[in-house]
Amino acid sequence: MTADPSIFEVARAVQDGSQACLPTVEAILATIAAREPEIRAFLFHDPEQVLREAQAIDDRARAGDVVGPLAGVTVALKDNLTTEETPTTCASKILEHWVPPYSATVVERLRAAGAIVIGKTNLDEFAMGSSTENSAFQVTKNPLDTTRVPGGSSGGSAAAVAARFAHVALGSDTGGSIRQPAALCGVVGFKPTYGLVSRYGLIAFASSLDQIGPFGRSVEDAGALFEIIAGHDSRDSTSLDRPAPQVLDRKDRGVEGLRVGVVADLVNFCSPDVVRRCREAADGLARAGALVEEVSVPATTLGLSAYYIIAPAEASSNLARFDGVRFGLREEGADMTETYVKTRSAGFGAEVKRRIMLGTYALSAGYYEAYYGKAQRVRTLIIRAFDEIYRRFDLLLCPTSPTTAFRTGDKANDPMAMYLNDVCTIPSSLAGHPAMSVPFGEGDDGLPVGVQLLGPALSDPLLFQAAFVLQEMANEHKRLSAARLDRTDRGGDV
Amino acid sequence: MALKITRDEVAHVAFLARLLIDPSEIDQYAEQLSSVLEHAADIEALELNDVEPTFRPIPLENVLREDVVTVSLPRDTVLSQAPETAQNMFLVPKILSEAP
Amino acid sequence: MSGKDDTMFEEISDAWELVVGLEVHTELKTTTKLFCGCSNQFGSEPNTNICPVCLGLPGSLPVLNRHAVELSIRVGLALNCTVQASLFHRKNYFYPDMPKDYQISQYDLPLNIRGHLVLPSGHRVGIERAHMEEDTGKSSHLGGSGRISSASASLIDYNRSGVPLVEIVSAPDIHTPEQAREYVSELRSVLVAVGASDGKMEEGSLRVDANVSVRPRGSTELRTRCEIKNLNSLRSLGRAIAHEANRHIALYESGESPTQQTRFWDESGQVTGALRTKEEANDYRYFPEPDLVPLAPSQEWIQSIRDTLPELPQQRREWVMDLCGEATTNDRIETAISDELYPFLVATLRSGLSPQRVVARTSNELAAELPLPNYFSTERFVEICSLEERGELTPTQVKTLLTEATHDDAPISELIARLGLVAISADSLAEIVNSVIEESPAEWTRFVEGEQQLRGFLVGKIMKASKGKADGKVVGEMLVERVSAAKKVG
Ligand SMILES: [Mg+2]
Ligand SMILES: [Zn+2]
Repeated sequence: MTADPSIFEVARAVQDGSQACLPTVEAILATIAAREPEIRAFLFHDPEQVLREAQAIDDRARAGDVVGPLAGVTVALKDNLTTEETPTTCASKILEHWVPPYSATVVERLRAAGAIVIGKTNLDEFAMGSSTENSAFQVTKNPLDTTRVPGGSSGGSAAAVAARFAHVALGSDTGGSIRQPAALCGVVGFKPTYGLVSRYGLIAFASSLDQIGPFGRSVEDAGALFEIIAGHDSRDSTSLDRPAPQVLDRKDRGVEGLRVGVVADLVNFCSPDVVRRCREAADGLARAGALVEEVSVPATTLGLSAYYIIAPAEASSNLARFDGVRFGLREEGADMTETYVKTRSAGFGAEVKRRIMLGTYALSAGYYEAYYGKAQRVRTLIIRAFDEIYRRFDLLLCPTSPTTAFRTGDKANDPMAMYLNDVCTIPSSLAGHPAMSVPFGEGDDGLPVGVQLLGPALSDPLLFQAAFVLQEMANEHKRLSAARLDRTDRGGDV
Repeated sequence: MALKITRDEVAHVAFLARLLIDPSEIDQYAEQLSSVLEHAADIEALELNDVEPTFRPIPLENVLREDVVTVSLPRDTVLSQAPETAQNMFLVPKILSEAP
Repeated sequence: MSGKDDTMFEEISDAWELVVGLEVHTELKTTTKLFCGCSNQFGSEPNTNICPVCLGLPGSLPVLNRHAVELSIRVGLALNCTVQASLFHRKNYFYPDMPKDYQISQYDLPLNIRGHLVLPSGHRVGIERAHMEEDTGKSSHLGGSGRISSASASLIDYNRSGVPLVEIVSAPDIHTPEQAREYVSELRSVLVAVGASDGKMEEGSLRVDANVSVRPRGSTELRTRCEIKNLNSLRSLGRAIAHEANRHIALYESGESPTQQTRFWDESGQVTGALRTKEEANDYRYFPEPDLVPLAPSQEWIQSIRDTLPELPQQRREWVMDLCGEATTNDRIETAISDELYPFLVATLRSGLSPQRVVARTSNELAAELPLPNYFSTERFVEICSLEERGELTPTQVKTLLTEATHDDAPISELIARLGLVAISADSLAEIVNSVIEESPAEWTRFVEGEQQLRGFLVGKIMKASKGKADGKVVGEMLVERVSAAKKVG
């Protein structure tokens, strides 16, 4: 399906002058100009600036400078990553006009690699949501069907990649916020092992869960972007002191002999068409030589409850600093207390308030043990259950999202229904494990389905190894059905 | 069915979080928060006193930096972001009480 | 100074015992802040030592300063604490001088626990914990009297935000205002000695909160306590505690009880006052700081820090007391073991000179010449004290010589020659004694007849006539001889 060059190939062509970056960028800007009014993926996008950067890279390449492994590659950044001199809002009114005085470590690494930031993408406010409907500024649409949500919270980044507004994008994943929108938009989304990518400059939602990760239209692109952003950062105490893992060299290793478990407990939460694709993926891996078996990991079903205590608790504290004193919105009151209350009440949207309230409650005197303490103990149970299962299996497989993309507005007023979207993605978030969503066919509605690969801590390269195989099978499957239906494949044209 | 979290608790929690919940919204908040807590009944029921909590997914220890000065931010940059300043400081309205 | 308040307390306290526990916050003498590389320097222009981390900007993350940990461990070891694996928590509360609206502090697993401090008086105060935390920014209040209660608005400087602190919490083992002062003063010496703090209370690098209660003497109960915040001098500390104790006693004796509350010391009115009238229940919602990892110093690290600990005031004190016996006063020892003087004391004691004499010379004559110039070496001091010990100089001459030797770097022998500091010969002294007796026949007769008060008069005249070169002790012996000779003749 993709005749696209990988992003490393794009950069090599820019470097050796065989394909200048400016024309590529101009084509992308044209695509954005045509479809962005409908999709609304970006909160910040400055075509002039992008053109200037593209021109500068071409000039440097022509002068023989080393322009970097991502030279001329366009990257969309979720708007909860700080960018010096460019507004960073978290899709919240409370940060509406904030221009950070510093850039996130991942942004510095992208720039050092020669990447061009194409824009800042929309998200659920402070990354709290699964549909990108909770943005204070706009609702992003799924490029494959604009009556549907792109998923969330990194919906803008997923949509940007799916709509070809950028080669690749960065998102953040706290409970599935990269993987679920990747699945709903038909792209690859990867949440690395906690600590492999620096969180410095990622505006925190839930510190012990947040992890930055890549979106790509291919496993190669997601892997290439991951190799650039990963690796130790002394500014993040939770950053693992080890070199960035190499994942692209896993491309042709296959899955022969890999032990893969299909997690029955999570499959049970999903709609039949999604389950069917997941089984096809499992069968495919088995045909490729993997030892596939259905397994039960009951503790994973406790993840949702634990997550919706832990994440809001950490968020309630992380979001305290939005107080109208040093930056951002201030709604002046008669005194400081009133100013806090007015500022925060005006600046935060309903879902953010709900989670702050929930988290404050879970940490408050008399409830800490019953809720926060309990949830962190459940986290231990889940990690133990995974440890146990990973003695028997190298990887696990399950759906990414229970359904394909749902209609905008469908779940907006039922928080609990929305939270259930994350049931398959949350367990590995709680464990800090890597997980990846790979597009694998379509649902009954013709919308993409993502299957999810899970592995133990630091098994990131192995996930890529299996993902390359799944991608190959998905493409093969597409070619076959395209030939059968004698029509052009719909994923390739968007 | 009794709500997991009462109206009074909603109001108290809102104050702790420095949020103002409109009286007309308190019931809705109480219901929504209760439904999430209701869902958490599955973990509430577990007896886990002998299970250690996990606060960080990947265990690390003793991550330290050397005591070396790095560049601070230019004051003008920082102050230019503040809602209000005076005398090169951040200006805030009357504070009602001493720090706790 | 504050004796009056202490007496006030002592007078009415036959029936009541004062119970005080102190919380002392000390700023650590690091180069940078606790969690970022901003300079930890007092007195910089407002808001110049700030970065995304100590300003709590979105996306910033803390990284722990190794030197701050080392200094905290030094404090713990010096206070005889157990150093243990510890954890940082977030203490959540909204306050404008607190950039993140939570303070990173140690909660149920502090770095140092269960120590003690022995005071110069011998009283032992338990240390419950000494934990690490970050300081807040500093607010100043506009309008009114500059107090927060009357201000119309406030200004905040975040230079101090994130400066490393150690909070040292004592057991409620302090029972008089004097002991409280003694504790803080001794603690300050320890903190300075280990290099953790500069000990400047006036600059806020040492801040004291006092938890005060009283109980009937003989009882072991702990009654309602009040916390008096921010006592920034030893003087206020003593007075505030005495005042607060009296207030509690007066309440109990009139059939009432104090309510647990946070109070402040009003320097101008010399009273304590309630700080929070509208007492709101604090709910800090502590939870482990997910942006930091546990701190678990290895035994090797702790031992290597222990190996570099200097001699502490109590060790100095014990050593000097052992050498001097009962003969020297505590005040003299405290002065002589101060950081500036102690090397001189050690050098003279190590040279085998008389301990009582060198403690006296160090704490009186040498202390009077502080600050000492660099060229005034310990060898120079030993040389001077040795001259006195051998009887070559009188105490008066030593004093003169010390003054000169701390203002002029010429060799001691040259200074002695220049000043003519030669001990007087026995013959010349005898002559002087004779002439003084002849000049004051009436006084001399009365002295021989037993009027001892005249001794000082005669010695004084002799010393004056000798121009300070006579040794008072020798003159005294000579007078005794003359009296017995006169009696025989008489
Ligand atoms: Mg404290
Ligand atoms: Zn700083």
